[in-house]
Amino acid sequence: MAYSAVGVIFSNIHDDNVSELSRHRTMASIPYGGRYRLIDFALSNMVNSGIDTVGIVTKNNYQSLIDHLGSGKDWDLARKDGGIILLPPYSDETDAPYKSRLEALKGVTGFLNRRNEQYVVISDCDGIARMDISDILRYHEEKGADITMVYHREKDAESSYYMTLSPDKTGRITGIKINPRIEGEIDLYVNFMVMSREFLINIIQDAVTRGYSSFGRDILTKNLDTLKIYGYEFTGYYACISSMQKYYLHSMELLDRKVREELFGARDIYTKVRDSAPSKYVEGAVVKNSLISDGCLVEGTVENCILFRGVKVGKGSVVRNSIIMQDTVIESGVRLDCVITDKNVVIRDRRNLAGCPALPYFIGKGRML
Amino acid sequence: MRRKKECVAMLLAGGQGSRLYALTNNIAKPAVAFGAKYRIIDFPLSNCINSGIDTVGVLTQYEPLELNEYIGNGQPWDLDRAFGGVHILSPYQAKKKSSWFEGTANAIYQNMHFMQKYNPDYVLILSGDHIYKMDYAAMLRTHKETGADCTIAAIEVPMKEASRFGILNTRENGEIYEFEEKPKQPKSNLASMGIYIFTAAKLYKYLAEDDADPNSEKDFGKNILPKMLAAGEKMYSYRFSGYWKDVGTISSLWESNMDLLGSNPVFDVSDADWKIHSRNPLAPPEYVGDKAIVQNSMVALGCEIEGTVQNSVLASNVVVEEGAVVKDSVIMAGTVVKAGAQVVYSIVDENVTVESGASVGEEKGSGAGIAVLGRDIVIAAGTKIAGGKIVDKDYKGD
Repeated sequence: MAYSAVGVIFSNIHDDNVSELSRHRTMASIPYGGRYRLIDFALSNMVNSGIDTVGIVTKNNYQSLIDHLGSGKDWDLARKDGGIILLPPYSDETDAPYKSRLEALKGVTGFLNRRNEQYVVISDCDGIARMDISDILRYHEEKGADITMVYHREKDAESSYYMTLSPDKTGRITGIKINPRIEGEIDLYVNFMVMSREFLINIIQDAVTRGYSSFGRDILTKNLDTLKIYGYEFTGYYACISSMQKYYLHSMELLDRKVREELFGARDIYTKVRDSAPSKYVEGAVVKNSLISDGCLVEGTVENCILFRGVKVGKGSVVRNSIIMQDTVIESGVRLDCVITDKNVVIRDRRNLAGCPALPYFIGKGRML
Repeated sequence: MRRKKECVAMLLAGGQGSRLYALTNNIAKPAVAFGAKYRIIDFPLSNCINSGIDTVGVLTQYEPLELNEYIGNGQPWDLDRAFGGVHILSPYQAKKKSSWFEGTANAIYQNMHFMQKYNPDYVLILSGDHIYKMDYAAMLRTHKETGADCTIAAIEVPMKEASRFGILNTRENGEIYEFEEKPKQPKSNLASMGIYIFTAAKLYKYLAEDDADPNSEKDFGKNILPKMLAAGEKMYSYRFSGYWKDVGTISSLWESNMDLLGSNPVFDVSDADWKIHSRNPLAPPEYVGDKAIVQNSMVALGCEIEGTVQNSVLASNVVVEEGAVVKDSVIMAGTVVKAGAQVVYSIVDENVTVESGASVGEEKGSGAGIAVLGRDIVIAAGTKIAGGKIVDKDYKGD
């Protein structure tokens, strides 16, 4: 059964994670996996779980996001009532746009007030996963929770980034650490939570009157005793795009059949349609262990790569361990290893560029080398 | 003022395509898959929208289910419009009579109300049988400049094939003085492409007259055009010299698919200035594995290739397992070629499973024809389908 829920997606919150890629765009519109943008995963999960109204909170640099989303029809979200609703910064007190998640939520209370769904599903755009949100809402109801936060058990965390949860045996969260220095196994909060719409509106109102500024520090961590905050463990594949290095490593995981099968096996991750022609491989092309999107023309050698839509790899060029974004042209005799090119890059004849997996060589949007 | 459209297109999509055998068992010919991600009807529909014609009636009759579903509200072709857009026109029951479409002209005649609703000055008649890119707006300009009542798009064909076509005999300025439907001894090689622009009032008049004629076959080529010419109406040819291919036979469908291959293909579907729009599969990029060899081929989204693919066109979500070989073939969506199986010089329809070690078709040039496998069937492990065979049921061996 589909639950009555409205989605809220924060498009900007982790922009600093991959600053190279978010220079000209939001975290939400960072290209991923050959033909997707990060927001496609959160949006598709919502749509596939029966959510047909999604508010998208934006802050800055959201032109590319608007271009990507269009009317929402590619996600089946061009609806008479609801669909995709962009929520640009709104401020009635100061001219400055929001600085925290709490302020951003305050800015969308108007939107939340106008809806009549029972629940709110709140997601960021830094996670790659295919999850059934109905399972989370069912858990939320079973537990009678005020807030359900979704976490993923990470075997060997190394970053001091993000929020970790300590659930007890019943699933109730008894401790939350923000940006802790922990190594080893952690329960990483995946920036996805659900609660009732009314409850959210009330805690935002309450936070405003008390002058709170942080959702994590002032609302979650301070109220672990009074609020019923539960953790839901997501056990499927989850990748957190927390840095450029992680972006590269997790992208490459898509070359693993099991990962691909889990994310795309059901063929229900939606994205913008571009009407590209199918890709072409010419006589003499060599392609190994790679993902190739539509509109590509491969004349050279491509190994362990992800090629986005409309990429051209010229004769005699050898591209290895690289992520080549939309409409990049690699001319003849080029050698690339561990390179990430942003959109519309041109690499001229016989250039030779290399990075390493820990530090992929990045070439910015529209550059010509 | 009453809203109107200058030109309305009527697309004849009722053809059974019986020479495509198993490929059209359950679908109309215009819905047949082509070029890894397209269907034949994508070409005339894309030509319409690229030519600025945003009102299209699609006349269906034979097995329309899949075609109707494919066209849907027309959004993939930008033909979902508040006024105009694409509309499926099926035979219907009228107050006085009800009948199937009896011929091409009768099909249009039965849908006069649809055209008249848009009060067009011109009507463009198209068919859903050909692969081509054509600017109908340029043809319409010619029609207006010559002041013709009917303009027929025409292409030069090899003289020895001319007797298969409607042949136009024209003066130097393009004016048609004679029209011969499939002549035994053709006088020219200028063939009608079955694409007509009529000045609307003339079309309505001749359709009505033809409908009242009990001896008429109610066909454009056989009846309407000769009647107009005999009555002295102004008829001009519009010369077209680009790629134009009837994909009505197994071999022409195969050839036309092969024309897409290579860096400089005979026919280019990746032309950014003349996009071919289609309904897109919901699938991730295709994956080409460590042991795969993919050469001179076109591959659509969602394919998983671990075997060898040569000189072939693979539609979305096709699986070629390790050790399997696909060569000189057209494979439609969702088909699986299991480990060690081979498919050579064949057309394989959607969702076919070729089990391990099975062998389909024979080398091109061996003298055997193209093997054809109909949709949703299973070819059992280790069995062999000879070249030129057409199979539309599960095959377990003889």
